[in-house]
Amino acid sequence: MTSTLQRSAGGASAVRGPVRRLSAWLHRHAGVRLAALLTAPLLWLVVAYLGSLAVLLVSALWTVNGFTGAVVHQPTLDNFRTILSDEVYRAVTLRSVGVAAAVTAIDALIALPMAFYMAKVARPRYRRWLVVAILTPLWASYLVKAYAWRVLLANGGPVDWLLGGPGNGPGYGLTATVLVLAYLWLPYMILPIYAGLERLPDSLLEASGDLGARAGRTLRAVVLPVIVPSVIAGSIFTFSLSLGDYITVQIVGGKTQLIGNLVYANIGAANNLPFAAALATIPVLIMVIYLVAVRRSGALEEL
Amino acid sequence: MRTGRKLTALAAVGLLAMAGCGDGGADAGGSGPGGMKPPAVDKLASLGTGEGQVNIVAWAGYVEDGSNDPKVDWVTDFEKQTGCQVNVKLAGTSDEMVTLMKTGEYDVVSASGDASLRLIYGGDVAPVNTDLISNYKDVFDGLKLKQWNSVDGVAYGIPHGRGANLLMYRTDVVKPAPTSWGAVFDPNSPYKGKITAYDSPIYIADAALYLMKTQPDLGIKNPYALDDKQFNAAVDLLKKQNDLIGEYWSDYTKEVQAFKAGNSVLGTTWQVIANLATADKAPVDAILPEEGATGWSDTWMISAKSKHPNCAYRWMDHIISPKANAAVAEWFGEAPSNKLACAETADKNHCKTYHADDEAYFEKVWYWNTPVQQCLDGRTDVKCKDYAAWTQAWTTIKG
Repeated sequence: MTSTLQRSAGGASAVRGPVRRLSAWLHRHAGVRLAALLTAPLLWLVVAYLGSLAVLLVSALWTVNGFTGAVVHQPTLDNFRTILSDEVYRAVTLRSVGVAAAVTAIDALIALPMAFYMAKVARPRYRRWLVVAILTPLWASYLVKAYAWRVLLANGGPVDWLLGGPGNGPGYGLTATVLVLAYLWLPYMILPIYAGLERLPDSLLEASGDLGARAGRTLRAVVLPVIVPSVIAGSIFTFSLSLGDYITVQIVGGKTQLIGNLVYANIGAANNLPFAAALATIPVLIMVIYLVAVRRSGALEEL
Repeated sequence: MRTGRKLTALAAVGLLAMAGCGDGGADAGGSGPGGMKPPAVDKLASLGTGEGQVNIVAWAGYVEDGSNDPKVDWVTDFEKQTGCQVNVKLAGTSDEMVTLMKTGEYDVVSASGDASLRLIYGGDVAPVNTDLISNYKDVFDGLKLKQWNSVDGVAYGIPHGRGANLLMYRTDVVKPAPTSWGAVFDPNSPYKGKITAYDSPIYIADAALYLMKTQPDLGIKNPYALDDKQFNAAVDLLKKQNDLIGEYWSDYTKEVQAFKAGNSVLGTTWQVIANLATADKAPVDAILPEEGATGWSDTWMISAKSKHPNCAYRWMDHIISPKANAAVAEWFGEAPSNKLACAETADKNHCKTYHADDEAYFEKVWYWNTPVQQCLDGRTDVKCKDYAAWTQAWTTIKG
């Protein structure tokens, strides 16, 4: 009995020995320790994330054999030349940016008062429930919501009926696309603004009131400057999500085309991956420009 | 210098990553039926024992094992009888099918005419030994050894079924009833904003078909063989049509709903969609306009790299057997390819509704085909627009 115990104890220490030694060795060699810790995440970042971006950029330089659909591995700028010279791609890019900007503006306008009510007006014990209420729609499938809007916007559907009869609603098209995207991404705008407002001390609002400022002045001079970074943080979500969307516009967009549709059509219908890759660099470029532009505002710390 | 080296490294990474995709084989640019012979691939000489499974690429509704509707099942019996487990991968477009077959992971595919030639000339599919398909003798003669399923009299597939793209309209709104495709191209149409069209580059052929009948001076002989002038005329017609369009459809449930609600009242359709809309109590009718129409004729083809050829042949034989062929035709809403299938359909009028044996009807139908540079109508003095050009034009048309 005792001998078994001793043996097992001895076995354990024999196992622990090399582990101990290793950990002691690692303790002395900080560089190796850091490398071991970071290798996996760095590999993930470089291979899976930056690697796929690099592949995207490289494959944008190839072309496709028009008949057999095989990729021709000869670098050429033809894809980019087509995008730059063809009127339609400029029009679609501008339309996509316009939709993304409109969705962002609408979401900001709706989200500001809602977030303000949630953070400052509603009683503290209701706040949690209001946040839950904002988050609940995110649990439902994106597709279900988009198709629900297709039914809502149908000819003679509820929206038409509210506006006084068949044909009075917007129908399917650009307006419907903006409307549905604004609905879908609203929570992503409310939450950062709500978080920003929560950090704004009530005492500041009271001080402003005590000094004689009315509600409008307080909003303009105290609240807005504090939450601008939050609004920009929210706009990064709504803008980038709208810029890449192609499903909503397929369901309620009528004949509207956005960049996402073109990418999808070139992969799904045309089997032209290189051209799709070239098209996909447009939103990447737009987002990089956007992020660089808002970097100074401090919005990136709000994310 | 350093940037240069970085770029080289970047390119190398990309090349390595992409080396797996696209087997780099078919490198001849702009090849086609006029000039080039398909790569030599041997057909199966005799049938052996099954390999235990078969991997299929198919249109939705072609391979049903009862999971969508317990009554719709022509796979379970096949599996029991042959011991071949059926694995199916559904594809949404012809192009997706071509891409999937290029991987070599699949044994059979239900290819439409706008995919079949690309598969043949890409060396992705093998000729079919029709002697090993016992049901082949009962296939309608109008479907055998056609341009889209054979090369120089060598069969590359087994005909599955066919249908026409029709003109559907709401009977309560569109009066008088249309008889011509002109209804969807009329710039002064009273139904502006409620017209629909099929969302695929292949729809350019519909415009070409209309021009073929209405503007004979363009000299269009085949809507899939368009030279520069003819192609531009078709594209211009579609660009003008874009003003009339409410939405383009490719998802058939969307079209059923749009016609039921009245968002669309006039436009192209498939017979199955007209039936579904009628079942949904939408007052619609679908006609074959006087100009004729585009359509599809699908073909079961076997991969050149098939790992389960014996099961694949058994599947191709099974799927055109009278019972299975009838079941597919009824479920999908198309004309069966097997003469004997007409006696097996649950609805005894099925073959009549879908004009299965009506060769005069199908003579007006231009089956989907792959546009290539060598004109399909036999002209050698001009170059025709290939499918890549069609695709780019389609983007421009939609604006």
